[in-house]
Amino acid sequence: MKVWHFSEMAYPPAWDAGYELGSFRVMLPNQLCEPETVADIYHRHFDEFMLCDELGINIMLNEHHSTATCLNAAVPLTLAILARITSKVRLLSLGSPIANRPDPVRVAEEMAMIDVISRGRLEMGLVKGAPYEVAPANSNPGRLMERFWEAHDLVLKAMSPQTEPFSWEGEFFHYRKVNIWPRPWQQPHPPVWITGLSPHSGRAIAERRHVAAALLSGGIAANLFDAYRQRAAELGWVAPVDRFAYCVLVGVGQTEAEGRRRADQVAGYVRTSPIVAEPFKNPPGYAPVAANVQALKTGPTQSVVRVQTVDGRTIDPTKASVQEFMDSRTMFAGNPDQVFEQIKQFNQEVGGLGHLIIMAQGGTLSFEDTCDNLRLFASEVMPRLSEIEHPENPYAERAEKAASAAQ
Amino acid sequence: MAMTSGFETITGVRTEVLSGGQGRSLLFLHGAFGLRHHEIFLAALATAYRVIAPAHPGFGETEWPREFRTIDDLAYFHLELADHFALDDAVLVGSCLGGWIAAEMLIRSTSRFSQLVLVNALGCKFGDRLTRDITDIHALPQAEVDALLFDEPGNVQTDLRTLSDDDLTAIVRAREAFTYFGWKPYMHNPTLRRWLHRIDLPTLVLWGSADGFVSPDYGRKFAAEIPSAQFEEIHAAGHFPTIEQPQALAAFIRDFAENRGADAAA
Repeated sequence: MKVWHFSEMAYPPAWDAGYELGSFRVMLPNQLCEPETVADIYHRHFDEFMLCDELGINIMLNEHHSTATCLNAAVPLTLAILARITSKVRLLSLGSPIANRPDPVRVAEEMAMIDVISRGRLEMGLVKGAPYEVAPANSNPGRLMERFWEAHDLVLKAMSPQTEPFSWEGEFFHYRKVNIWPRPWQQPHPPVWITGLSPHSGRAIAERRHVAAALLSGGIAANLFDAYRQRAAELGWVAPVDRFAYCVLVGVGQTEAEGRRRADQVAGYVRTSPIVAEPFKNPPGYAPVAANVQALKTGPTQSVVRVQTVDGRTIDPTKASVQEFMDSRTMFAGNPDQVFEQIKQFNQEVGGLGHLIIMAQGGTLSFEDTCDNLRLFASEVMPRLSEIEHPENPYAERAEKAASAAQ
Repeated sequence: MAMTSGFETITGVRTEVLSGGQGRSLLFLHGAFGLRHHEIFLAALATAYRVIAPAHPGFGETEWPREFRTIDDLAYFHLELADHFALDDAVLVGSCLGGWIAAEMLIRSTSRFSQLVLVNALGCKFGDRLTRDITDIHALPQAEVDALLFDEPGNVQTDLRTLSDDDLTAIVRAREAFTYFGWKPYMHNPTLRRWLHRIDLPTLVLWGSADGFVSPDYGRKFAAEIPSAQFEEIHAAGHFPTIEQPQALAAFIRDFAENRGADAAA
């Protein structure tokens, strides 16, 4: 199991204003953003990521826009810096919101540069983007996934070695001569990751053999991975665990109390990030018709998306306690032994996990606490992860039959 | 007179069409909500006209071919629909999005129509780059949107939980298609204004006085771009006089089509 560290680089000084406005995104005016404070936040995160490089913890970054919950507005910029100032660990962008980008070839160029600067350490996530991202991008919420897959195909083709420039006249994107320089270090292109929420996504990702990543909800991960494994089996292959990634908040301490206190502070991220003004939560066309019909039938929309615990309770992530987050597998917390046991149990619950993305920073957790959190995880938890045995893939037999039938 | 619901195949697209009445043909192009809440208005028109009211591609139960991606496609679709019904000397009435489509049709061809009525139409741009003509409803909560759209928001509020799956599907499809076709540029075509002079038909531009989505002042500017257009406000109505003042609106349309519209043409 590979370990990654992720932080959204939140901006807590504007959180009171976010609560007052009822939205941490889109509408929170940027006069509340003090560039001097932001510079300090950027620099401390780069220091934390440098520590990850020493500790052997891989690094993940993402991007959001118009928000006090994530200052990383351009993932290629921060990854480009990391590509030069780190030297060992792998760098994951999770990722580029390619359905919101007018120019997928530019995305291919950015990613190829990062891959080359880092001498082949890039892993490239391509993501749909959250519903509230369509407003800052002014990206049409309708047919967004059709745009996503066309951009996906174009990015991968642009990155792959070509003997001559190619033209692209698709439904959404048009180019005369695609011929990116540099081409990426890793051939034909860096490993691709895609985030997903639904079994439908799991199947689509399986069809392309990319890494499927689930975030912050055990129930979503289990269903996504199961759909992926089934679809892979239908296509005649057994999906290995390195196709499955999960992102979770982590607080490790010398004592259980210290670990839980750190996790509670990291949770500032999940307690703020879902607070979004109503019109940006579900723009028309973003979700399928059937899902929106169902939403209208259940009455006025809930103010935030709810998360299920493993025993079927529904929790509100803006108010949840450490224990509730642990019950929904949004968080692993405690002393190193406890955190290890939680990872081991989770691995069993989701049928095997190849990548664990820990949010060892989030919200208001200080630089010192974050570094200690990372060090403890690296020294006391990470070395034991290789002990964890993965459950058997339940679809192995079906995969074998499908493969032999296809021959 | 009650309308009858049926399906026609228009340029290969299975299309839901309400029709009723006899006499001169009148094609009604609906707005953001589709044909919901339009029973009284259409019945009032059908006492005097052969009324044809299709659901646009993406609305009601009409298919949405994936290649239909801009307002141009809706304009050409409805020009073909006019061919399909062999309309001649017809009245074209468009409300909201339907008004935009009607204008886009007639800058291309007026051959099947002899009068145009626009009701709180969208589609034009008058303000500068920092000034919206049309309120950004995608940035407002539903209750505020309803307050902008209606003189009395209570006129259309229903408990959605009581509706059938078919009705809810129509509501969801209408929201999605309305959003899609008007996403960027927002609810307008930057070059429509440039070509409105081509509409050489007697035209009546009607506007609900209480429209907070797109103001009567915008309506006056719209009318000023069409050579023979007259402008009138409809009181006690917001963006949808078709819903809030259906009888009064139908009377305005009849009066124009039978009396004033002919004068203007002469």
